[in-house]
Amino acid sequence: MAQDDVEQLLRYPIPNESALEPPANWARLRQRCPVARVALASGDEATLLTRYDDVKRVLSDPRFTRPTPADNAARVADVESGGVFNSEMATVLPQHGEGHLRWRRMIGKWFTAKRMNALRPGIEAMAERLIDDMVQQGPPADLKASLGFPLPVWVICDMLGVPDSDRDRFAAWSDMMLSMTRFTQAEIETAQVEFGRYMAGHIAAKRAEPGEDLLSALITDTDSDGERMSDATLVATGMGLLIAGHETTANMIGKMVAMLLADRRRWEQLLADRSLVRTAVEEALRMDANSGFGMVRYFTEDIEIAGTVLPPGTTAVCSMAAANRDESAFDAADEMNLGRSPNPHLAFGAGAHSCIGQPLARTELQTVLDVLLRKLPSLELAVDVSDLRRVEGLVVGGLRELPVRW
Amino acid sequence: MKVFVDQDKCCGAGTCVMLAPDVFDQRDEDGIVVLLDGQPSEGLHPIVREAANVCPAGAITVSDNA
Repeated sequence: MAQDDVEQLLRYPIPNESALEPPANWARLRQRCPVARVALASGDEATLLTRYDDVKRVLSDPRFTRPTPADNAARVADVESGGVFNSEMATVLPQHGEGHLRWRRMIGKWFTAKRMNALRPGIEAMAERLIDDMVQQGPPADLKASLGFPLPVWVICDMLGVPDSDRDRFAAWSDMMLSMTRFTQAEIETAQVEFGRYMAGHIAAKRAEPGEDLLSALITDTDSDGERMSDATLVATGMGLLIAGHETTANMIGKMVAMLLADRRRWEQLLADRSLVRTAVEEALRMDANSGFGMVRYFTEDIEIAGTVLPPGTTAVCSMAAANRDESAFDAADEMNLGRSPNPHLAFGAGAHSCIGQPLARTELQTVLDVLLRKLPSLELAVDVSDLRRVEGLVVGGLRELPVRW
Repeated sequence: MKVFVDQDKCCGAGTCVMLAPDVFDQRDEDGIVVLLDGQPSEGLHPIVREAANVCPAGAITVSDNA
């Protein structure tokens, strides 16, 4: 693509100084340009979708999934391989139709509501312990480092059966694999190799000596066709769950608490009525304007969206965060309404590929909010909202730290 | 109210079970939805409607004719 063309295109992700507020042009895009040409960090061109109905329809359309490296789709990251969506981990996992369904259903049994309810007391006890440690150190504290990060890491490590003492190692690999502009191709490749070797080591150890964990079970389980997972799929599944299970929720705990404290009337409303915790969590997920890149879909046949026919070969970026602010889908979409119900937000995506860990994320977010309200009712931000800083250069969005006092 | 679930569409997110455990359950082996009560009592109608509305796979339909 000629440099002149790139300069005329909107850059995506849209630069945004504010840590919690959406970029001003989301509303304009939804109203005037619901199918927008954008330039990604790689310089490749993609099509950005921002309306609720369009994003939901495309994500739910069984014809389309993430591009494979063979599709020659727009690359998300500014490195040759294009980043995480083109990684070996992403390509090993079945993406389409029956294969995807069988794989997903093997994992699904580990994320049922019943299992989540069984995990809840353990999550609560760990949240209490982490908050006690934070209080003992005294204010101010970084709530992300003290609670937001270690809690979901402990939960997913416990489920997978890997030691959470390794968290600094796989957090570093995970950041590199989720890079959009921060790391080099060589760093990303090294992280993939090292993380893959680490996971393969755990799988070999569990094959020799099985535990009561998800990885041990996946080694011996069979899918609905009676097939076992290949070693490559086991490694990719373990890496995917470990990355997805901690990055997203760790960031979301920080953003949720930041949103609730940014206008402290919200925190006080929750203190006065704890029954709002469930809907408050959903509203924080909907309001998250810093959720990261969004979801990519590669069109293999014509599709008409908002009056525009997009040809095969189009790489679409679905901005769930922009869709979640669509006034045609949500009354007073820009207002945080802690009792909003129903709240059919798209933070976890939609359709057959919607987030498999969403019941776990919900359980963790609800539990952590419950415990914080109970143990630290006087919690407040230790900095001005305008001083909160975003995580930059990764496909996931978050706050670098969340300074609080109580 | 009559409730219908489509197990082929279901993606096992468990959202319905978390909202209305008296009406919906999941199969232990793969997390796919199981309908426990196809004609829930009136007190459950709002939460069942909410479950249908927020189902990420659109696998729950509710009919008010019955």
